[in-house]
Amino acid sequence: MHLDAILRVAAKIILPFILVFGLYVQFHSDFGPGGGFQAGLILAAAVFLHAIIFGLARTMRIVPPNVVEIMVPLGVLVFAGVGVAAMMMGANYLDYSSLADDQVHGQEWGVFLVEAGVLITVSGTMIAIFYAVAGRQRR
Amino acid sequence: MVLLSLLAVVTIGIVRLRNLFAIVILSGIYSFLMASVMIVLDAVDVAMTEASVGAGISTVLMLGVLYLTKTEESAPIHTPILPLFVAIVTGAVLIYGTYGLPPFGLADTPVHTNVAPDYLAGSIPQTGIANVVTSVLASYRGFDTLGETTVIFTAGIGVLLLLKRLRRASPDK
Repeated sequence: MHLDAILRVAAKIILPFILVFGLYVQFHSDFGPGGGFQAGLILAAAVFLHAIIFGLARTMRIVPPNVVEIMVPLGVLVFAGVGVAAMMMGANYLDYSSLADDQVHGQEWGVFLVEAGVLITVSGTMIAIFYAVAGRQRR
Repeated sequence: MVLLSLLAVVTIGIVRLRNLFAIVILSGIYSFLMASVMIVLDAVDVAMTEASVGAGISTVLMLGVLYLTKTEESAPIHTPILPLFVAIVTGAVLIYGTYGLPPFGLADTPVHTNVAPDYLAGSIPQTGIANVVTSVLASYRGFDTLGETTVIFTAGIGVLLLLKRLRRASPDK
């Protein structure tokens, strides 16, 4: 499978588009469908494709397993931290209105950070599970 | 209607087949059909999730697991009468339950008259977000989404605990 030129060339062509589409789904979710969950899945799927075509060892060099395992709790911390930050600014937990000068900007910042947290946790979890399953040997 | 018939055909195929590789691929096809049904119902966010989780990620994970096991399902050791009975009774109860629901798409049901108009009217002035799905998920119901993210975190940690410990306990590697 590692020597299949057609698959490798096709994967090299399609991978950047998958990554850009994932980022588009993430950052354009204010106006189009999608959000952190969907974007995290698309980015994780790109990593899966890379691992299937080029082998797990090369993927683990680009996306190291310890980084992925840090991402799993990091996203939840970002999400919960936005809530704590809102409390620090004098509003209710996860009420983003006070994060910036006016309400709409505060909401935009809050939603942006929260979606980033969801993206980090979802993609990290999916890639970590994939590494755990794919890294095992047949007995 | 075409999509639902295809769903039924794929389901029968999954039930009747014994080759696990074919079943994994059929499950992926099932998820793509389900995503198409969601698009027909105008739930694009759900369709994206279904397509990427069901057809993409879970298919890859299933294939990875399949590599570790046999590819033929062993013959059933007990009669299928009790599971069939449970499935038929559950299906009948669910279909009976749909008669208590309001007709599809009716505008003045409790779902559409409680808080939904506030969200629809307030999304742009209050949050500046045109996509109401995003503003409800991330802002109005942010605490729910925090819970969902924590569920994913917990599930991931659980799977990692199980799989990583097994890998270290095995003699080779």
